[in-house]
Amino acid sequence: MSDVKKFLCVSCPVGCSLTVTTEGTQVLSVEGNSCPLGEKYARSEVANPVRTFTSTVRVRGGSLPVCPVRSRTPLPLSKVFEAAREIAALTVDAPIEIGATLIKNVCESGSDIVASRSLPRK
Amino acid sequence: MSATRHVDVAIVGAGPAGLAAGVAARQEGARSVVVFERDWEPGGILQQCIHPGFGLHTFGEELTGPEYVHRYVTRAREAGVEFDLNTMVFQLDKPAPKDGDKDDEDENENKVEKNVTFWTMRPERGIERIEAKSLVLAMGCRERPAGALGIAGSRPSGVYTAGTAQRFVNMEGLMPGTKVAIMGTGDIGLIMARRMLLEGADVVGVFEIMPWVSGLRRNIAQCLDDFGIPYYLNHSVRELRGRGRLEGVGVVEVGPDRRPIPGSEQFVACDTLLLAVGLIPENELSRMAGIEIEPLTGGPVVNEFMQTSEACVFAAGNVVVVYDLVDFVSRQGERAGTYAARYALGRLEKTKREFKVVPGNNIRILSPQILTGEDDVTVYLRVGTPVEGKCRLYAEPGLFSQNLRYARPGEMNEIKLSASKLKSLAPDVTSVTIGLEIL
Repeated sequence: MSDVKKFLCVSCPVGCSLTVTTEGTQVLSVEGNSCPLGEKYARSEVANPVRTFTSTVRVRGGSLPVCPVRSRTPLPLSKVFEAAREIAALTVDAPIEIGATLIKNVCESGSDIVASRSLPRK
Repeated sequence: MSATRHVDVAIVGAGPAGLAAGVAARQEGARSVVVFERDWEPGGILQQCIHPGFGLHTFGEELTGPEYVHRYVTRAREAGVEFDLNTMVFQLDKPAPKDGDKDDEDENENKVEKNVTFWTMRPERGIERIEAKSLVLAMGCRERPAGALGIAGSRPSGVYTAGTAQRFVNMEGLMPGTKVAIMGTGDIGLIMARRMLLEGADVVGVFEIMPWVSGLRRNIAQCLDDFGIPYYLNHSVRELRGRGRLEGVGVVEVGPDRRPIPGSEQFVACDTLLLAVGLIPENELSRMAGIEIEPLTGGPVVNEFMQTSEACVFAAGNVVVVYDLVDFVSRQGERAGTYAARYALGRLEKTKREFKVVPGNNIRILSPQILTGEDDVTVYLRVGTPVEGKCRLYAEPGLFSQNLRYARPGEMNEIKLSASKLKSLAPDVTSVTIGLEIL
């Protein structure tokens, strides 16, 4: 029995409406995408939806009280709240370099949390 | 007061448009290129846009706002762009003919070089007068505030524009509230709905007066749908309630005429209301200098060189028209920087022909509004009402035609026009009409 699912591709700002035909976990066809990213996204949504996760961490002694962070690679969507809680518990000392790893393997997701800007001392 | 300082190309604002203009102006050969920025660091509003989604066009990967800034600032410093930080440009004079030149413009228009002079203020140096050979306006835009909406009721605390809340959360480490309603479906509102939720707030809903979403659809998917945040089209926030702090908002459903439907009123309890109801180009300086502003976009009228009604003043980014993507802003910034440098170096002649770009069927705004046919150009536009089906975007006479699967006001369209096609138009053609027709 095949199943039809609809997704809106978030790979780029165009936001293509995708129609995906699946059988179990098998993707039979992807329609509506205008580039290869759409097909990749549709397959990922069926198997295990992932998102790049961003937040802020508290900073001691920085020119700003918080520093923006991101997951180096996308995280499973189901782990996003857990990741937010782990990040909320962290305080980092300034200075911070852009790209510095602040949490390794956040929530056992295989992805690291890294600084997305440099932050000098106050 | 110190003597006048001289620069080749001056740029007001170190956001993405100003940074790109700076890099391009140096690459074009301008010697002193100075970006004037009121904040303590370059980057502008992108520094508070910590979410991903920037730079797919420019860098081929999805970056967060601060990462995009980091790359551009690095480029700018390598290119030799100077930054005057903590510096406010508070007055831009109307460009006047240079001292010594005759005050007679008609005699030989190409020869009369005008000066750009403006005034800055900063803690260490006080007030300074700057004279530039050309100037790029890159001040960005502002959010439509609560006062512009005519919402009834009391005036409690807890009402913020979405961008203010974004700054509080992402740069100041402060939470504006715990139970949040959002008015409007502008992108920053959608982004902040997700952000507030992940920071522990309860987000009760997003209310949009129009029958369509004004932001990008992918933000509905990844900011609202991913987290089960409800949104309501044809709904408007009409009333604020609460003494001291916001206690809730009165919401109504509206009909096709956008008037409230009697009996549809409901009370939504919340302690915070975020406004995402539109962005307005910030042209206080442009107006001071007497630069022509197009009422529909709220930004300067420009040609494909991003040159304003004052030949020595250029403009780029959201100060001209509010773009969807920072990549477009950077692209326009580059263009403005390139031509501002050419002007400063005396290499931008007054053009012979001019075509006015006229909005035709279902086109609400477009930019640039003037074309000379001297360079290939991308005209950016927004449609007036959404078309959910096959349609054709065109530029007449015979310049461009493209079939589209849909056209929506929230998603900007582009029309690429070649200089050679414009140049080969019959001599009596003085305008180009852009329109959208349903197929």
